[in-house]
Amino acid sequence: MHGFANPARFLRIARWLTPALLVAGLALTAGSLAWGLFAAPAERLQGDTVRIVFIHVPSAWLGMGGWTAIAVASLVELVWRHPLAAIAARATAVPGAVFAAICLASGSIWGRPAWGTWWVWDGRLTSMLVLLFLYLGYIALAQASDREGASSRIVAIFGLVGAVNIPIIHFSVLWWNSLHQPPSLTTGGSAMAAEFLIPLAVATLGFSFIFGGVVLARMRAILADVQAEARLRRRALED
Amino acid sequence: MTSALKPKHQRLVLILVAVAALIAAALLAAWALRNQASYFYVPSDMAANPPEAGQAVRLGGMVEAGSLKTLADGVTIEFVVGDGTARVPVIFSGIVPDLFVEGSGVVAEGSLRPDGTFKADNLLAKHDENYMPRELEDMSAAQKREAVAETQ
Repeated sequence: MHGFANPARFLRIARWLTPALLVAGLALTAGSLAWGLFAAPAERLQGDTVRIVFIHVPSAWLGMGGWTAIAVASLVELVWRHPLAAIAARATAVPGAVFAAICLASGSIWGRPAWGTWWVWDGRLTSMLVLLFLYLGYIALAQASDREGASSRIVAIFGLVGAVNIPIIHFSVLWWNSLHQPPSLTTGGSAMAAEFLIPLAVATLGFSFIFGGVVLARMRAILADVQAEARLRRRALED
Repeated sequence: MTSALKPKHQRLVLILVAVAALIAAALLAAWALRNQASYFYVPSDMAANPPEAGQAVRLGGMVEAGSLKTLADGVTIEFVVGDGTARVPVIFSGIVPDLFVEGSGVVAEGSLRPDGTFKADNLLAKHDENYMPRELEDMSAAQKREAVAETQ
């Protein structure tokens, strides 16, 4: 396990894994969205607006999954003090925020025809908006702490504490009456017909690959930054 | 004995205790919010604790099948919202969302009249978690169950 956390070995793997993930992710996403938009049938009540599901749901899952990854990386950083974990957490924040924003925007566009409103302050929508604000706060805090040279521990603690919002998002539709419907996919099975479920699964895989590729690319960029800074500092000392 | 604990493990235990406390706090907060955070009242809430007449509230439930009537003016509709135990008659005039149909979910924003009728100012359609293609509509109930079971 610690072997993979070695930055040199990580960079060797990431060098070929980054483009591989991005290319596979773009291909799967393009294929599944074309399938969802043109080949999948219209829904019995919602008609063609159901096609928003193929963007909305993968974005929602990745928005939540991104913060879960930040929380796990923050835990590893706090307990094992591994620098690569801190870099992974910081690299996940921006793509996570982007997917949370896509989820909110596509959900709003879907809400207008399906519910008759762009936005309501129910438990699900509000907790998802809170997630986007947590991401923005995390990005600002991480940048500020890097610039000030302050301890990165406060960033990791924020990443860990913010994770309480993830189960709240999930259970919001079960604990409280909300306009948003309960989950269609549970451990008990699927309330979604295979015509929608299969393209949704492929889209989720594609979105996840893109997410992974972006995180790896950002991690490499942060590592390169750290390296360049260390080199500059060495040169300054030699002069 | 305790001094044998490595700093790494000490940090792990400390963080796990902190996370457990945090989750407990969040659960308590969610529990305390269980009424306030709900977006609407269901008919049985409204029957048990009727809000004051004229107070702005939201009522949510299922539109009872066969209860939807359009009045003579052509824009005012009457229907009954039920949750299996209580029923509240609703009156609304205006444009309804596309997904507003009998037997489906609805959230009505408005207020209770003194006569017990809910006067809605706005209707929102609440759809369920089932996603089914149009072609499946013509199937029998058993065929539908089979089609959905295949996807599970």
